[in-house]
Amino acid sequence: MSETVLKAGTADQQYQPSYLEMETKHKGILAWILATDHKRIAQLYFFSMMIMFLIGALIGVLIRIELMAPGRTIMDAQTYNGFFTLHGIIMIFMFVIPGLPAVFGNFVMPIMIGAKDVAFPRVNLLSWYLYVIGGLIVLTSQFVGSGPPDGGWTFYAPYSVKSAANIGMAAMGAFFLGFSSILTGLNFLVTIHRMRAPGMDWFKMPLFVWALYATGWIQILATPVVGITLVLVVFERVFQLGFFDPAFGGDPILYQHLFWIYSHPAVYIMILPAMGAISEIIPTFAQRTIFGYKAIVVSSLLIAFVGYFVWGHHMYTSGMSDTAKWVFSFITFLVAIPSAIKVFNWVATLYKGSIDIQPPLLYAVSFMFTFMIGGFTGLIIGAVAQDIHLHDTTFIVGHFHYIVFGGTGFAFFGALHYWYPKMYGRMYNIKLANIAWGLFFFGFNVLYFPMFVAGYMGMPRRYFDYLPEFYIPNLISTMGSWFLYAGIILMIYNLVKSRKTGAIAPANPWNGVTLEWSIQSPPTYENFDEIPVVKDGPYKFK
Amino acid sequence: MSDHSTTQSHGLVHRDDEGSKLGMWLFIFTEILLFGALFLVYSVYRFKNQDAFHAAALNLDTVIGTINTVILIVSSATIAMSISALQQKNKKLAITLMVITLVLAFSFLVNKYFEWGAKFHHGLYPGAEHLISLGSGQNQFFFLYFFMTGLHAFHVIVGMGFIIFVMRQVMRDELTYNNYTRLENAGLYWHLVDLIWIYLFPLFYLIH
Repeated sequence: MSETVLKAGTADQQYQPSYLEMETKHKGILAWILATDHKRIAQLYFFSMMIMFLIGALIGVLIRIELMAPGRTIMDAQTYNGFFTLHGIIMIFMFVIPGLPAVFGNFVMPIMIGAKDVAFPRVNLLSWYLYVIGGLIVLTSQFVGSGPPDGGWTFYAPYSVKSAANIGMAAMGAFFLGFSSILTGLNFLVTIHRMRAPGMDWFKMPLFVWALYATGWIQILATPVVGITLVLVVFERVFQLGFFDPAFGGDPILYQHLFWIYSHPAVYIMILPAMGAISEIIPTFAQRTIFGYKAIVVSSLLIAFVGYFVWGHHMYTSGMSDTAKWVFSFITFLVAIPSAIKVFNWVATLYKGSIDIQPPLLYAVSFMFTFMIGGFTGLIIGAVAQDIHLHDTTFIVGHFHYIVFGGTGFAFFGALHYWYPKMYGRMYNIKLANIAWGLFFFGFNVLYFPMFVAGYMGMPRRYFDYLPEFYIPNLISTMGSWFLYAGIILMIYNLVKSRKTGAIAPANPWNGVTLEWSIQSPPTYENFDEIPVVKDGPYKFK
Repeated sequence: MSDHSTTQSHGLVHRDDEGSKLGMWLFIFTEILLFGALFLVYSVYRFKNQDAFHAAALNLDTVIGTINTVILIVSSATIAMSISALQQKNKKLAITLMVITLVLAFSFLVNKYFEWGAKFHHGLYPGAEHLISLGSGQNQFFFLYFFMTGLHAFHVIVGMGFIIFVMRQVMRDELTYNNYTRLENAGLYWHLVDLIWIYLFPLFYLIH
């Protein structure tokens, strides 16, 4: 980045009204819910998403308390079924899938490429509304009709087409959430193609932008498949069709294929932006240019591409041909390569850097730790023979929570601590943030690691009750969830409080060099007075 | 899709025709994937129930299907011509061609209505006793027939709405010979509707 840009943005410039305070033609709450500004939409997403996250996490804690001891603890079996289903739908469709793109993608991506907004601001707002509508439908499904949806977030047929519970409505809600995700992806792809500042070549883009670009393609090409599949489930329930009902010659395995054709790539929708955020945080706090920029870019695209062809590894025990099993297993192993490339590059970036240990870096480094555990356990269950033993055990639950929560979740909160001063122009209490991170990280590992042990011993997932021999790992796991939740609450307390009372943050508190640090905090409505001209690649530290 | 040329709260005017078209193309990709999943379901069940699909397809009315195919292809031509007309500053002709497109689209739906009505009359709808007695393979055929042609008809309706929307803008001179991307996008969408029918038609009506 040119030096002039940095100077113009930081010291010399006068403070102008930020996007938080600007005058708009609408007043009060309307100025927010009718906003087309990408930063305001990011805030809309952020708040709705945090509400959903807290509900989902609370349900998770309740599930853990129920599983603290064998037999009934605090709820009956049907409530438990409803709870793990709702926990899955909320966390997957309303937190980790929209997660980083909708909040931080919306907030910083246009600034990072030197644009004033996304390509289609009103479509951007529409996708938030679709998100809200989808979320409300899912929540409503809990209270109306024939009882809360059960059977898990995967909506597996034929149970989902026969269960008396209110599954159709939840599936419809997920359809809306998918549509929202498609429009976000579409918007970002066009923005990145068309709105880069002069001089911002493809290979001068920050890695977070690259990650969003790869994610955008998965969003628009994979989501429609699950969308239409869920519509088929809804129609099957309403109009007595029988696409997946064996009584009509329907094929439940076909449902699983259609579902995972999307839902495995969806895992990369969750993790790629997370990796992108980590690729931003690590160079800033090591004050060192990223190691292997192009390798990280290519590995993002490879993950997006190869990720389409691994869905069968969810179905080793479902009754596929043996050939299909080993082909899927082989391709699954291939995905590990680009993922590992990224981890090596991050570690190599830290090597001999001038490391400044701040909360975002703590989250980023713990991301690497948990992601490695999640990744390696993924290889264990990617092997067919092992998976036959571990399929549908809590080992799987441990694995995907290490990836999705330990990966995307940590990256989300790391990104939040990284861009928080930019979003609000205030700094949070660093000490408190470190303590919250400590509780979070400790609780996380205590919560999920015992699941590997119990799963390896043979404890099935999603069961309401279990044999006494699984008591100890379950007890430890439940106690871990309390630390984790305490960490989350402390973190939110710190961030909410600092929003009004925190110290005023400078434009560039971390000494970052991507474009968002060159403008004032919080940014003005149009981000840049003058569109910057980019000369160098990102991450050029002095 | 296109979001330019309108005033926003701060008068941030941003017009990017290429970007709008790119957005439309990406949206078309998602639509193709949406139907792609259904074509996948179709091919799996066709493979599993070859004889039943053969027998069931004989119940479809090839004549109406052919007429509807011709209607859609002609309507694709008229919407394309309307873009050319607007480019050549002939606003009146452009609107006339859009109206013709809409009339053709509507007659497609009318035909569809009678065609579906006949199926219901013969007890060939999901849940009907007659259809159930024909066995699971024929049931799958008609599930797919109603779902896929129904979803296509829904896209015809959405496409008509899109064309009406841009037609109003042409009338008010908001879209003109040097600013016609939104009309082009409506045309692109309409070609997609046409294209999907081009695949539905042989799969259901012609393959026996």
